[in-house]
Amino acid sequence: MKASSLDYRNLVAAIIVVGLVALPLFSQVTGNFFVLTLFTRIVIFALAAVSLNLIMGYGGMMSFGHAAYLGIGGYAVGILAAEGFGSGFIQWPVALLASALFALVIGALSLRTRGVYFIMITLAFAQMAYYVASGLSRYGGDDGLTIYKRSSFGGVINLSNRVEFYYLCLLCLFGGIFLVWRIVNSRFGLVVQGLRSNEQRMQAIGFPAKRYQLVCFVIAGTMCGLAGALLANNTDFISPAVMYWTRSGDLMVMVILGGMGSLFGPVVGAIVYLVLEEFLSQVTEYWAMIVGPLLLLIVLFGRGGILGLIGRFSRG
Amino acid sequence: MAEPLLCIESLVRRFGGIVATDNLSLDIAHGELHAIIGPNGAGKTTLISQLIGQLRPSAGTIRFAGQDVTHLPAWKRSHLGLARSFQITSLLRDFTAADNVALAAQARDGHSFRFFGNARKEKGLREAALAALSRVGLADRADVVVSRLSHGEQRELELAVALATRPKLLLLDEPMAGLGATESARMVKLLADLRKEVTIVLVEHDMNAVFALADRITVLVYGRVIASDAPAAIRVNEEVKRAYLGDQHVVTRHG
Repeated sequence: MKASSLDYRNLVAAIIVVGLVALPLFSQVTGNFFVLTLFTRIVIFALAAVSLNLIMGYGGMMSFGHAAYLGIGGYAVGILAAEGFGSGFIQWPVALLASALFALVIGALSLRTRGVYFIMITLAFAQMAYYVASGLSRYGGDDGLTIYKRSSFGGVINLSNRVEFYYLCLLCLFGGIFLVWRIVNSRFGLVVQGLRSNEQRMQAIGFPAKRYQLVCFVIAGTMCGLAGALLANNTDFISPAVMYWTRSGDLMVMVILGGMGSLFGPVVGAIVYLVLEEFLSQVTEYWAMIVGPLLLLIVLFGRGGILGLIGRFSRG
Repeated sequence: MAEPLLCIESLVRRFGGIVATDNLSLDIAHGELHAIIGPNGAGKTTLISQLIGQLRPSAGTIRFAGQDVTHLPAWKRSHLGLARSFQITSLLRDFTAADNVALAAQARDGHSFRFFGNARKEKGLREAALAALSRVGLADRADVVVSRLSHGEQRELELAVALATRPKLLLLDEPMAGLGATESARMVKLLADLRKEVTIVLVEHDMNAVFALADRITVLVYGRVIASDAPAAIRVNEEVKRAYLGDQHVVTRHG
């Protein structure tokens, strides 16, 4: 029983992987470049959702401020570009480091709390980051900052080439999924999942809970900072809006929609959510009124998200 | 003369106006099985929680293996060799039995900041887990998810997890709670076996089990020790009889 649902999950994962890898080919043949643009965005948000899933799905840490890292990674790229440091070899490590540091500080403070308080305090920190970015008048303040030149990686890769950039994003996504896969099956990952399940028990057998949770929190934040650097390059623009709490909410919805605590769930969630957003928003500006009830149905009847549903149908 | 394994001195714990542990002093010697009994609300679980580090005492000291552990967090005490089982089963419900025990073994095997390599395929951890599971008779249930185990099996698993941390002192909080007659008998037999290897503090309501197993019995009433002696002496102790059978009528039939 369990094996067959697992087979279906692998099948879904395989379809996604093949589909995403073959997408530029499809776009080239049909001349449909819009789909490539859309999916570049989807792949970047999928990476952010995968990182959120590590702490939310596997670690049980309901962070409501995950979009802050998108902004921090993006602003690291944007500010360095504005100051004349165009090399990605400088921009990207700074983006990752800044995200890691931010995660370390807010994680150390937030992890003193539990449950609703944890949700609220992570939200508060992300909003603080939002207002700080709004106050950066040198870097556009509220209006955001235009990035005139994408990160340059010498001759290694040209980010201005649509296809090359797409594949870079995809590589980062697959790398992120691979990392999460290794982590959740490792000693470290079992401890983090054990803490989600029963913290008191884990303390009693000798695990200092907070250290493990904090390291997990930092890994997820760093990974999302990478998504932020990609996002800024994708839009050639970074503004405080990417850190707004509704963005964090979007990421949570993607994770829950696709299936918390499953490797490819967040990818499925990101695809479904952003494709729906794209097409429904062409039909009506109240597209959220359609996505909202849909999410409700999935949460009510499809525990384990879309992937969970697929698993259940496959079992009949 | 060697110091006792565990020394509790003048321990006090207040919850608001209620004194749950009232100036309690107690020594647990190496190798003994020490039972703690008392009516409901006597503060037995409160005491265990303070010993293991899940509850801070208001005053007093706890020394374990020659070291003051009063202010150590639970996870550090675990590394010193203190282990507990919970009165209300407390396991990782969405993990298998083997995972639960393997994690305990992993906790003993240095830090767990290892991010690669499949921990479930580590031979050492799995073997340790299986050994502890066989010890309590659960070897054939290793790959069953905890939420699918029977209550009795979960109680045994509690014990296996505690054992896998290789404790010097095992604090058992009502291991017989909710067990049927056959399961209880099996647990008693298991404890009789275990006591040869490890010092045990046993909190238990089942008086047959307590008198069958204990070297010494301490009776707790309203957070105070009213008697601490060999089973035979406890049986005839007037104050104990009054506490149990006198004006309280909490327990009417006990061994």
